[in-house]
Amino acid sequence: MFFQQLINGLTLGSVYAIIALGYTMVYGILELINFAHGEIYMLGAYLGIILLAFFTASGLTEQSLLLSLILTSVLSALFCAMYGFTMEKVAYRPLRNAPRLSPLISAIGVSIFLQNYVMLTQGATDKVFPLQLGETVITFQDVRMTVTQVSIIAVSALMMLTLRLFISRTRIGKAMRATSQDKIMAALVGIDVDTIISVTFVIGAVLAAVAGVMVAVYYGLVNYTIGYIAGIKAFTAAVLGGIGSIRGAMLGGIVLGLMESMGAAYVSTEYKDAFAFVILIVILLIKPSGIFGTDLPDKV
Amino acid sequence: MYILVTKEVSKQFGGIKAVEGVSFKISNNSIASIIGPNGAGKTTLFNCLTGITKPSTGQIYFRERDISGLPPHKVAHLGIARTFQNIRLFSDMTVIENVMIAQHTRIRYGLLGAVLRDRQFKIREAAIREKAYEFLALAGLEDHADTYAGELPYGSQRRLEIARALATEPEILLLDEPTAGMNPSETRDVMSMIKTIQLLGKTIILIEHDMRLVMGISDWIVVLDHGVKIAEGTPDAVKNDTLVIEAYLGKETTH
Repeated sequence: MFFQQLINGLTLGSVYAIIALGYTMVYGILELINFAHGEIYMLGAYLGIILLAFFTASGLTEQSLLLSLILTSVLSALFCAMYGFTMEKVAYRPLRNAPRLSPLISAIGVSIFLQNYVMLTQGATDKVFPLQLGETVITFQDVRMTVTQVSIIAVSALMMLTLRLFISRTRIGKAMRATSQDKIMAALVGIDVDTIISVTFVIGAVLAAVAGVMVAVYYGLVNYTIGYIAGIKAFTAAVLGGIGSIRGAMLGGIVLGLMESMGAAYVSTEYKDAFAFVILIVILLIKPSGIFGTDLPDKV
Repeated sequence: MYILVTKEVSKQFGGIKAVEGVSFKISNNSIASIIGPNGAGKTTLFNCLTGITKPSTGQIYFRERDISGLPPHKVAHLGIARTFQNIRLFSDMTVIENVMIAQHTRIRYGLLGAVLRDRQFKIREAAIREKAYEFLALAGLEDHADTYAGELPYGSQRRLEIARALATEPEILLLDEPTAGMNPSETRDVMSMIKTIQLLGKTIILIEHDMRLVMGISDWIVVLDHGVKIAEGTPDAVKNDTLVIEAYLGKETTH
């Protein structure tokens, strides 16, 4: 039972973690809670279903399931990258020098817009995943895990590792770190801060899109409201780890996923969603800066 | 030849005129100082010169090119770098990373090269690292390359800021109170560092309150008071200017 929940929790947690990364990276650079980030994940899930339906209809899925899943993820990520890029350009960039509340309200506006846009174009009812993956179940002693679960954990881990390497090693990654520490100083050493902000949104959107596709495959259905609840949970994960901290978002996501599935197993399934919010309240009371967060002094 | 020319530069914040109609010319490869009492508009002027704030009116010419209103990273690319009154290092990066990041923006290479770490990428990285060590040597920090910038002692952090600014390979280096809060020996280190930088062919513009330092190293001094230029000239000329003395010490009254 415990190990079973560990697997379930890890699966859920790694999805939370990669969505949380989008929140934390944007916050790190703009000090903005991008409330519309959950909707990118929702768009990613929808695109996943649409693309997979297309590949199934065209016969590709039958030939190679793996290839069609990879193509679906890549294309969904590409579309969502454009959504992320446009969102920043249209809704946040013009408010760069506005009071901090304005972009926050703009973010809520984008979120409402995207939800309704998907509801109007795709319908308000659940969309069902177009193919039943003949689930291979791996059994290890009495723990059962599906190939989908293992893949979600593996893909998430791979993406997190890639992100870490990208941020610590590449020129753009270093420029992102510099920008998140001090935007003006970054510009003064020659970094084009606007480009770095765009890159940040694009990376966040790509991660969220892949999370969306994976969840669509895992649960087999999506609707236009899934971004809201997933967004809030991923946000909780980011706060739990310390918002602005990359490794904090990773750890926060995993911890939240584990707590939820353990809570569901040992306490009550009905209160599953409530755990996230209980955790959020507890962190805000005890350690508002999160696990890896530091209390930043006000910038001069 | 003048490397930097300002023409009637003004900056207003609401109703407050922080800088008002300031014009001056700075010669190439000189050390110039901008002095004046607190609130004279020195830092605002620096902000205008580096693109952090856009002048309300007036023009700034760098090598006869109008740069007023350009964004900071473009100004940095053209060749003007600066430091701030307070320390603004990237404190959770190492000393050498701080310097290298300033060089990176000068060099373009493909993302693919950076991810795959191909040969060309490695050669360039090695060249950047070597150059970075030269800047660190200038600041006397070559032995602390892998220390986190935030862990350096105060005086070293200030010298690292100058090294980082130099790494953008500027022609003009603006230093905002480089010796603020330093003891006399640290101040001497910075002073000799500034002179070495001049020998490298750079132009340096200082904001500084330490009058001994200002008078000792400046070729030209511009004096601001309440946002207006009240005097400029060589150290000797400025030292004896009645307006300058009044600005610093108040008007002499006869009883």
